[in-house]
Amino acid sequence: MAWIEIRPHLVCCMTADRRASTATDQSAYLPAMSHDHSHHDHDHSELSETELRVRALETVLTEKGYVEPAALDAIIQAYETKIGPHNGARVVAKAWTDPAFKKALLEDGSKAIGTLGHVSRVGDHLVVVENTPQRHNMVVCTLCSCYPWEMLGLPPVWYKASPYRSRAVKDPRGVLADFGVSVPDAIEIRVWDSTAETRFLVLPMRPAGTEGWSEAQLAELVTRDSMIGTGFPRTPGAPS
Amino acid sequence: MSSSAAAATAAIPSIPRDDDGPVFRAPWEAQAFAMALTLHDRGVFTWPEWAAALADEIKRAQAAGDPDTGETYYLHWLATLEGLVARKGVASMDTLHRYRDAWDHAADRTPHGKPIELRDEDFG
Repeated sequence: MAWIEIRPHLVCCMTADRRASTATDQSAYLPAMSHDHSHHDHDHSELSETELRVRALETVLTEKGYVEPAALDAIIQAYETKIGPHNGARVVAKAWTDPAFKKALLEDGSKAIGTLGHVSRVGDHLVVVENTPQRHNMVVCTLCSCYPWEMLGLPPVWYKASPYRSRAVKDPRGVLADFGVSVPDAIEIRVWDSTAETRFLVLPMRPAGTEGWSEAQLAELVTRDSMIGTGFPRTPGAPS
Repeated sequence: MSSSAAAATAAIPSIPRDDDGPVFRAPWEAQAFAMALTLHDRGVFTWPEWAAALADEIKRAQAAGDPDTGETYYLHWLATLEGLVARKGVASMDTLHRYRDAWDHAADRTPHGKPIELRDEDFG
């Protein structure tokens, strides 16, 4: 894959990020700098207190020539799977084995995930979209790099890159082909454009040949890309 | 793991990690980690210096009631980074605050869903 890398840090709008980090960052740690905006008014973007400080540092260090954004990204990229898609994989595996949970998940993703003790932080508006034999879903953020990182780990660099963001809506089949994913013409492709408030998680189809598998076994098959919609889960017996 | 990252995790035993290296709970944590790595490689500080500064920061936070559960580790990391950047004369705390406020201003004037970009006008 040969996506051109662009800088992600100037192009993001992670409102949910602010919410997620408010409890620890601001109340416990930075009373003097905290200034909680009203979250009822969503007509502008927001960054968490911590995000503001990180951006300030990065901008200053870049301007002074101490860091190169591309070099920082190279370091970060090495860890992009390290938050790991494990949380998302467990949610998907549970949905595959527990019809009541799946129903709740598709009705209100954030609420259903909130009932699982092991997932501590998720944005308020996580929408789960289900792949079916008739429809394949993929997720993009055309304007920024909003991403359900609590579920999927750090966003991959290509997700933040201009070619993916701009082409996914216009030519989803072409983009999928670049990922080595071929979706038959008979299957509709639905592209979901994330916003600061609403982020999407794809619920992929359960692979054939997994009857009787446990949730833990199934979770091993769930890849990050399958939850973005740019890939499929692993199939039983395939190398992981 | 890169050799820089390996050197950092060897020198700073407290870095949250798994078998393969550091683990992060949020994108900004990885950014803060990467900035420290880069400044170290540029010779701004040594890892022993960093470790001492981080230990001070954690001690200070604990004295102020930080629960020290690991959830706040990278907040201490970030504060250490800001402190060393100031102490080493790279950029003053005032400068960092000015840029922080500018980013806040930029975010506030940007309709949600649009890219947030820093402009001159954001520096009040």
